Amino acid sequence: MIYKVISKREFKAFIDALVKNNSSFGPRKVDTGSNGKPIYQFMPVKSADEIEFDYTVSHLSAKRFFLPYHDELSHFNFSDGNWEQEIRYEAPPIILIGLRPCDINAVNILDDVMLHGAYPSPYYLARRKNTFIIGMDHLPLPDCFCHSMNRHTVNHGFNLFCSDIGDSYYLSINSSKAFSFLKEFRIEEPTYEDNCCLIERRKNIKNSFETKIEVSGLPCFLDIEFDSPIWQKWGDKCLSCGTCAMVCPTCYCYSVEERFDIDLKGSTRQNHLYSCNLVDFAQVTGGHNFRPKNGDRLKYRYYHHYRGFAANDNQQICVGCNRCGRACLADINPKDVINDLRLERESCMICVSQSPDKT
Amino acid sequence: MHDMRFTIPGQDLNREPFAVKIPDFQKKSEVMITDKGYKCRITNIVPLSGLERLFQLRIIDPLEREVFNFRPGQFLMLEVPGYGEAPISISSSTSNHEFIELCIRKAGHVTSALFEAHQGAFVSIRGPFGTAFPMAEMQGRNVLLIAGGLGIAPMRAPLFWINDHRDKYRDVFLLYGAKEPSQMLFTYQFEEWKKVSHVQMSTIVEKPDESWTGRSGMITSLLDEFTFDPKETYAIVCGPPVMFKFVCSHLDRLGIPMNRMFVSLERRMHCGMGKCCRCMVGSTFTCLDGPVFDYWSVMNLKEAI
Repeated sequence: MIYKVISKREFKAFIDALVKNNSSFGPRKVDTGSNGKPIYQFMPVKSADEIEFDYTVSHLSAKRFFLPYHDELSHFNFSDGNWEQEIRYEAPPIILIGLRPCDINAVNILDDVMLHGAYPSPYYLARRKNTFIIGMDHLPLPDCFCHSMNRHTVNHGFNLFCSDIGDSYYLSINSSKAFSFLKEFRIEEPTYEDNCCLIERRKNIKNSFETKIEVSGLPCFLDIEFDSPIWQKWGDKCLSCGTCAMVCPTCYCYSVEERFDIDLKGSTRQNHLYSCNLVDFAQVTGGHNFRPKNGDRLKYRYYHHYRGFAANDNQQICVGCNRCGRACLADINPKDVINDLRLERESCMICVSQSPDKT
Repeated sequence: MHDMRFTIPGQDLNREPFAVKIPDFQKKSEVMITDKGYKCRITNIVPLSGLERLFQLRIIDPLEREVFNFRPGQFLMLEVPGYGEAPISISSSTSNHEFIELCIRKAGHVTSALFEAHQGAFVSIRGPFGTAFPMAEMQGRNVLLIAGGLGIAPMRAPLFWINDHRDKYRDVFLLYGAKEPSQMLFTYQFEEWKKVSHVQMSTIVEKPDESWTGRSGMITSLLDEFTFDPKETYAIVCGPPVMFKFVCSHLDRLGIPMNRMFVSLERRMHCGMGKCCRCMVGSTFTCLDGPVFDYWSVMNLKEAI
């Protein structure tokens, strides 16, 4: 990793040059929410002026560039009584601008899941290799809790990372491609003051988190609380709509469907992003549903995120961006569910002995 | 404790020799084509009962046919182009490279489409996936096979294996229960198993009709017919989910150690590779860590049986 400093004006020129020649996606204001705050999304951009560098957070995560909502896995071409299978890997190179540290961490987690293991996914690898990521740090929103998940900083998984230090950006350059792009522009070695500014910025970010979730020992705790009535309580609120999985930067469960082409000369195998909250997620042939209740399915989502599965080394895959909490129609958010779960046991009068009087 | 997941090489070893057309993304060419199936021809269809048929498949490419190796208990993803994929357990002999036999019940979307297919049609398979019954570990011990209904389909692979290596195993018992006498599968093979494989076999039905002369009742009542030393016995249980609980707890009471009882679970699957998460049980995947679990792990997994 190489550290450089670039002035904001020069940085804009750099982004402008990059964006003009490549297919790029950056944060843009698309709408205004019901609370009057702007809604940002990663949208195609044509010049640096369209990009909101000081955006808060995007409504949808950057997952869709790596795991699209619909993806063609293979195509069958039918001929007289026979067929041929055809697999295409299409991944045009793209540039993603303005990813937050939690978003980049989410991509790193997806790398673990999709690329490490017995069956690495070529579709994912194609897209991951052809994506140039420029990250930017930001001051957290009141409901972000990535500090609790220890995902508020990132040190790999990006090509270029920019920290805002007043008049200029402190650049962490993590790839030769990014460095050779930057050679054309005026970049300077960081001075003593720049380093101080960076440390001050980091400190400032760390201290700005308002929401905290106690996640230490949570995997064991979730196992113990498997039959807790809390799941029933939150399950009754859940609408089983699957919105949380759509906006989540790490949810990757999918469903495979096959459909005939309209001319009946072939068929396509597609995967769709799916959610474990949808009612038929675990339904098998014959009609038996292994998780028929809302609470069971909600529980499994929390299990996957905060306990982790063997396939992703039992790590917690939540990055703490709270997109699911913001998008949820029934106002379920991870902070409340986990605190509820912890409080239920910790406030139990039999377990908690009364503290002795102060003398 | 028995742990298969560290010993099974998985599919990647089987596929390497011919996975030649690989996407070359910045020379990182170790990636295999995970969604390419082996093309098969349906060579024979044997009707077994009203709902079940035995499909005999032959992989067309000779190299692929040689490379397709599986172990008893593993499953494959059967693809009917245009309709979709379904996980099916393999019920043929592991030493038979010429044909793969699948015992399939007409139940869902894909299997209904498959039942429309005639002899000579082309389908595609991916696999084999999952863990297998530890046949090497069972050597020198008694083997108790308990099958209920369609559970006899995955049981055929270990039976063929035992037939191939009969001198390595002690007494082998097969208990087979079905709901009605007409739903009993592979009846034509019973004599072969008894006389050629020297398997002590007994059958039972839940609802007997007038033609049935054998016993009726629960499958666990068949255990009285045989005498064996439970400490020296391995058990394999396959059947509908409701069967596992009472059969395994009965075997537990008899004294068979928990890590020597194996069950084969079933779940909804879409990929077979641990990516789609549809088959998760507790914190494990049925496709990677299963479908064969020992009873000890299954007991500790939440919502498993």
